Amino acid sequence: MTEGIKDRVAIVGMGCTKFGERWDVSGLDMMVEAAYEAYEDAGLEPKDIQAAWLGTVASFNTGQPAAEALKLDYIPITRVENACATATDAFRNACYAVAAGIYDIVLAVGVEKLKDTGFAGLTTGAQSGPGVEPPSPPPVQFALAATRYFHTYGLSYEEGKRVLGQIAVKNHHAGSLHPKAHLRREITLEQVLKAPMIAWPLGLFDCCGVSDGAAAAIITTPENARKMRDDYVLVKGLGVAVGGRQGMLRDDYDFVSFPENLAAARQAYEEAGITNPRQEVDLAVVHDCFTITELIIYEDMGFSARGRAKEDVESGAFSLEGDLPVNPDGGLKCFGHPIGASGLRMIYEVYKQMQGKAPGPPERQLKKADIGLTHNLGGRPGSFTCSVAIFGRRD
Amino acid sequence: MIGVKSYGAYIPKYRLGKETAGWGFPAEKAVANFDEDSITMAVAAGMDCLRGMDRSQVDGILYATTTAPYVEKQGAALIATALDLRRDITSADVTDVLRAGTTALKMALDAVRAGTANSMLVVASDCRMATPKGGLDRAMGDGAVALLVAKDGVVAEVEASYHITDHMLDIWRSSDESTVRNWEDRFVIEEGIFRVIPEAVSAFMAKNNLSQKDFQKVAYHSIDARRHTELAKTMKFEGDQVQDPLYSQVGNTGVAFPLMLMVAALEEAKAGDKILVVGYGDGCDVHSVKVGEGIDKIRQERRGVKKHVEAKRVLKTYDEYLRWRGMMTVAGVRRPTATGPSVSALWRETDRIIQLHGSKCRKCGYIQYPPQRVCVECHAKDEMDSVRMSDKQATVFTYSMDYLSGTTDVPLVIAVINFDGGGRMLSMMTDREIDELSVGMPVEMSFRKIRAAGGVHNYYWKSTPVRA
Repeated sequence: MTEGIKDRVAIVGMGCTKFGERWDVSGLDMMVEAAYEAYEDAGLEPKDIQAAWLGTVASFNTGQPAAEALKLDYIPITRVENACATATDAFRNACYAVAAGIYDIVLAVGVEKLKDTGFAGLTTGAQSGPGVEPPSPPPVQFALAATRYFHTYGLSYEEGKRVLGQIAVKNHHAGSLHPKAHLRREITLEQVLKAPMIAWPLGLFDCCGVSDGAAAAIITTPENARKMRDDYVLVKGLGVAVGGRQGMLRDDYDFVSFPENLAAARQAYEEAGITNPRQEVDLAVVHDCFTITELIIYEDMGFSARGRAKEDVESGAFSLEGDLPVNPDGGLKCFGHPIGASGLRMIYEVYKQMQGKAPGPPERQLKKADIGLTHNLGGRPGSFTCSVAIFGRRD
Repeated sequence: MIGVKSYGAYIPKYRLGKETAGWGFPAEKAVANFDEDSITMAVAAGMDCLRGMDRSQVDGILYATTTAPYVEKQGAALIATALDLRRDITSADVTDVLRAGTTALKMALDAVRAGTANSMLVVASDCRMATPKGGLDRAMGDGAVALLVAKDGVVAEVEASYHITDHMLDIWRSSDESTVRNWEDRFVIEEGIFRVIPEAVSAFMAKNNLSQKDFQKVAYHSIDARRHTELAKTMKFEGDQVQDPLYSQVGNTGVAFPLMLMVAALEEAKAGDKILVVGYGDGCDVHSVKVGEGIDKIRQERRGVKKHVEAKRVLKTYDEYLRWRGMMTVAGVRRPTATGPSVSALWRETDRIIQLHGSKCRKCGYIQYPPQRVCVECHAKDEMDSVRMSDKQATVFTYSMDYLSGTTDVPLVIAVINFDGGGRMLSMMTDREIDELSVGMPVEMSFRKIRAAGGVHNYYWKSTPVRA
C-alpha cells in the first residue's frame, strides 16, 4: 500500500549562496555558505544532521566532499547525480529517508563549481568512446526544439524570436531584483533580438547563465517541524521521469513537448492532488535553461494550452504581477545555473516566498504563495531527466 | 566477355574558380570539402556504382590511391565496410603511383578472368595537395571513380590491355611530405609522359593490330590542359577523338583521372564504340574498352561524372580552401582540445558507425537507429535484424545552426532527420548552403571524416542535401 509523500516531510531550514562567477571561493566553501545559512534558519547545529545527500554533476565524486566541507563526521552521505535534476533528486531521496522513518533530520545540499574550466559555456559531458557523435552542446540541442516549435505552430522566425525574447526580458527583470542572482540587469526586447547568434534560432539572451553556487535544505517530519517553527514548508508531491533516448530512437517524437515533463508532472500533481495547475499553483520556478525550454514547460506543466503559450507570454500571465508568476527569482536565465545546485535554489525561492521572506525589494514578495512548484529538466530534447516538486504552506 | 558491369563517380561539390577571391586563375577545379578525403570520395563513388545493385554479389574490392590516410592500415577494408559489402571477399590497396587506377582495373580483370572472383569493385580516388597556387595546384582536382568488373552483364568489354614499367622520378611525393614535387618541367614532359605514353600506345596498337582510327575516344593521363592537347598529337589522335579532360571543370584527379575520363566517355558513347584508356606513372597501362548494349540503362541510373560536374558551388575565397586543408588556422572560440577516440569503442560499434546499420524489430517491424537490443516500440528482446540506412533518403525534421562550436564549417548545421521507411538520426549536415535549409527538406547520407586525432582518422555518416 503506497501512501505518497504528501504532508509527510517538511523543510525547516534553507540556505543559498550568491550565484555567479565566484572566482574567490571553492565548491567546498560554497557548501559551507549554503549549509550554515540553513542551520541558522532552522535553529539547528551541524551535529543534529543524521544523514546527508550531496547533489553535484561535475564538481565532486562521492559523499566525502560534503563531510569534508561541513565536518559531518562519519554519518551516511550519498552523492546524487541526475543531470540538471540532480539537486531535486538529492532532495527527493532525503525526503524519502525521513518519510520512511529512518531519520529525523537530514540535509540535502547541491553545489557546482563550473567556472574553473577556463572555458565559457559548459564543458561537462565531454565525449569519450567512438568520438563520432555530432558536437551538439546544449544550445544546439534546445535550438532543435525551437526550430520545430516555430514550424509546428506556424511562427515565422521573427514571431518566434519575439515570443522567446519576452521570456528573457521577464526573467531579467525578476533577476535584477534578487540580491543573490548572477545576472542582475534589465534588458529590452530590442537587445534580445539584436544579440549575437549562439545556436540558430537561439541568440545570446535565449541562453541561461553558467554560474557557481550552492544551496541546501534541512528536512524533518511535520511533527518535529511544528516544534521548530511556525512557517515550515510541506512537501506535497515529488515526481521524477527519466527518458531513454526515445526522442532519437522514435521518429514520432515531436520536439515540441517533452514526455518526461508530462510524466513527472503527472506523478507530482497526482500526489499533491492538483487537478487544475493553472488555477491551483501560485508560483512556479522552472528550468529555463533556454527561453524555448520555458515556453514548452508552460504547456507541458498545464499552465498554457498546447500551442498557445504565446498568448500567455504576451498577456504577461507569468510575470511577477501575473496570475501565475514563473521564475520570480530570475530563473536559470538570471539567477544562474550551477547545475547540481539549481533544484535546491528553486526550492529556496518557493520556501522564502511562502514564508513571506522573499529576499530583495518588497515588490518581489508575491501576494499569494500557498502552492509552489519547482521543475528541472536535465539532458536534451529526446532524452531527459525531469523532476517536478510541489510544496505547500503549513495549514 | 569480361569488362565493366557498372560504373560510378564522385566529384566534390566545391570548386575554386574565377569567382574565388585569391585564387587568381580562370579555370575551375573541384576541391574536396574539409571533411572529405580519398576514402570518403571512394565510398561515394562506390555507392553511385552500386546503386540499385545487389551488393552481396561483389567478391572483392581494390582501392587505388596515392592519398590513403594510413600507411599501415588498409583503406579497402574501411571502404568495403562502409559500402556494406560481404565479409568473405578479397581486398587490397593499390597505391603509390598515379597509374594505380588503371593497374587496379587490370588486377580486377585478371581475377575475373582467372575465375577467382565473379565481380570485383575497383575504386580509384585521390585528394592530392600541391604547393598553393603553383602549376600543379592549378591543374589538380579531387575526385573518385568506381568500376564494377565482372564477366556477366557487362556493358563495356575490356578487349585488350598493355603495360610498361618504367622507373623514374618526374612527379612524386615522399612519405613524410604532404605536397607533391616535380623535377624541371622539360624533363618531366619530354622524358616522362611524352616518351612513355606514346611508346605504350604504339606498342599496344601493333600488338593488337589496331590503329588510332579504330577508337572513337581516347581517355588518358596528362599534366595540364595544354600538354593534354599536345599529347594527343604526339599519339596521333585527332582532336575530336580526345575525351574532354575536364581541366577547366574538375582538374586532374590523380589516380582516378583516366578512369574518370573513361566514365565520362561511357556517358556519351553508343554500343560498338571503342574507348582507349591510358594510365601513367612509373610506366603506363593501356586498356581498350568496347561499349556494349545496356549502357543506356546504367547511364540513367548513375550520377556519374556529368551530374557531379554540374552540381557545384564555387568557393568565395581561397583562404577557405587553405583552412580546409589545414594550411591556415584562424582564431575561434576557446574550447577544450579534441582527444583521440577509443579505438575499441569504434570497433565494437562498426555496424552503427561505419556500416550505418539500424535495427528492425522482427516482432513489430519498428526501425530504430542506432541498433538496439530491446525494441523501443514493443520491448521485444534480441529480435532484431540489421537494416542498412546509408542508402536511404531522409527528410529534415528539425535543425539548428551552431555559431560557436567550430571554425571550419560555421555555422555547423545539426539536423534531426527521419529516414524514408522509418528510423531517425541526429546528424551533422555537410555540403549545405544556409539559405537552402528548411524543415522537410530531403537529404541523403554521405560518409565523411569527422576528425583526425591521436593518429586515428575517424569517419562517420553525415546528412547532405540531395546532390543531383
